[in-house]
Amino acid sequence: MNTLFGEKKAKAEKLVFKSVDEYPEAPITLGTTLLNFTGDWRTFMPVVDESKCIRCYICWKFCPEPAIYIKEDGHVAIDYDYCKGCGICANECPTKAITMVREEK
Amino acid sequence: MPKKVVSGNYAAAYAVKHARVEVVAAYPITPQTSIIEKIAEFIANGEVENLQYVPVESEHSAMAACIGASATGARTFTATSAQGLALMHEMLHWAAGARLPIVMVDVNRAMAPPWSVWDDQTDSLSQRDTGWLQFYAENNQEVYDGVLMAFKIAEHEKVNLPVMIVESAFILSHTYDVVDMPEQEEIDEFLPPRKPLYTLTDFENPFSVGALGTPADYYEFRYKIAKAMEEAKKVIKEVGKEYGERFGRDYSQMIELYRTDDAEIVFMGMGSLMGTVKEAVDILRSEGYKVGAAKVRWFRPFPREELYELAKNVEGIAVLDRNFSFGQEGILFNEAKGVLYNTDARPIMKNYIVGLGGRDLTVNDVKAIAKNMKEIIEKGKLDREIEWYHLKR
Ligand code: SF4
Ligand code: SF4
Repeated sequence: MNTLFGEKKAKAEKLVFKSVDEYPEAPITLGTTLLNFTGDWRTFMPVVDESKCIRCYICWKFCPEPAIYIKEDGHVAIDYDYCKGCGICANECPTKAITMVREEK
Repeated sequence: MPKKVVSGNYAAAYAVKHARVEVVAAYPITPQTSIIEKIAEFIANGEVENLQYVPVESEHSAMAACIGASATGARTFTATSAQGLALMHEMLHWAAGARLPIVMVDVNRAMAPPWSVWDDQTDSLSQRDTGWLQFYAENNQEVYDGVLMAFKIAEHEKVNLPVMIVESAFILSHTYDVVDMPEQEEIDEFLPPRKPLYTLTDFENPFSVGALGTPADYYEFRYKIAKAMEEAKKVIKEVGKEYGERFGRDYSQMIELYRTDDAEIVFMGMGSLMGTVKEAVDILRSEGYKVGAAKVRWFRPFPREELYELAKNVEGIAVLDRNFSFGQEGILFNEAKGVLYNTDARPIMKNYIVGLGGRDLTVNDVKAIAKNMKEIIEKGKLDREIEWYHLKR
């Protein structure tokens, strides 16, 4: 869908520490949120209606996971590997451009 | 060198001032309160610059404030006692886990109920497994020296762990004594400004603190703390030696040995009660008893190697615990006995539970304990392993 998604996963791949000496001294910036695919927690999935989106990026700021992207055309896209389906984005969107839809598995 | 007549708590406050601490989180609890009161007075009188005083609404918040401040790179201090320390417990793990060199004075006070404000080591020893280094001070001078050294040890690049300096309620906290304090310039040379491992104010390189550690990563960080604790032993000795060279009081030994060279019986313990024990040792020596004292200064990291050495040449060790782990035994006894299990030298060890909740341990008590130990050694057999020494029978 978007090249940004692939980049993030490639970055996550690089963050795997292979020996104890490779780890930083303190547990800061582990990149574990990239490696932890929270997408499979989801029951409801956010769906963006681009015709209603005013590109305010409130959803992007509020999303607690690394799940929302700003595409080249300025619209937002959701990386479902990381979206845990919390619904914050849909709740915060001022134009109701995001709806939460029950996901068929 | 300037000398001041100060309480143990004021000694701690002066050390905080002289260490040029940048953030102090303050919450009052007896008998710690006069530490933060004195620091507030320094600020009110304009005696310190660049010190942020953060009044908080509980000890849990006090430690949380210290964690935030320390993560920005500031030299950070707080103080507490007993129930207050217990309320911090969760945050103590956090400070060590995030590798923040916070220094705290805990004024040892018995845990309630029954409500008590007097001396007992069970509060600080209950925090044994939080990843904090622990230093037990015998007198006001050691409180002062301990706090100054604590910053240097905690902030050392190989350590980066928090340090607790422990003094006893009222016996030290509110009792006045002469304390030698070096000149500020000499202290500045000994203790330069902190060089933090990371700082949240590095806006060019944003990062997260307290990130999620999945099973793939958590384990390695625990190992790093374990390793830093081992490194801390070397750092403690180096810093203790340097302190001695600069200021004349040597702290290069993690266990202070007193007249143990040819001793058959050694009294082992921590904190202020060891002052009484040393005096009793002198009296017992003059009466022909071959006794000595081993004051455990650093309980974490635990001085295993020093204990191996000590145990080689003695017949009996009387461990005096002003603390108790219910369902087991005195905590120092438990640790010391465990360390010696896999060595060839296994002196007879007996645990005397003494002074809980502020009860006095007198020179005569120590003499009676010496006599009891002598009988045990002659018989080659313990009468009992744990004795509640002061119990009214
Ligand atoms: S549902 Fe939650 S996790 Fe998913 S995109 Fe919206 S805010 Fe982010
Ligand atoms: S909050 Fe709604 S309108 Fe704003 S960018 Fe997100 S989807 Fe578009």
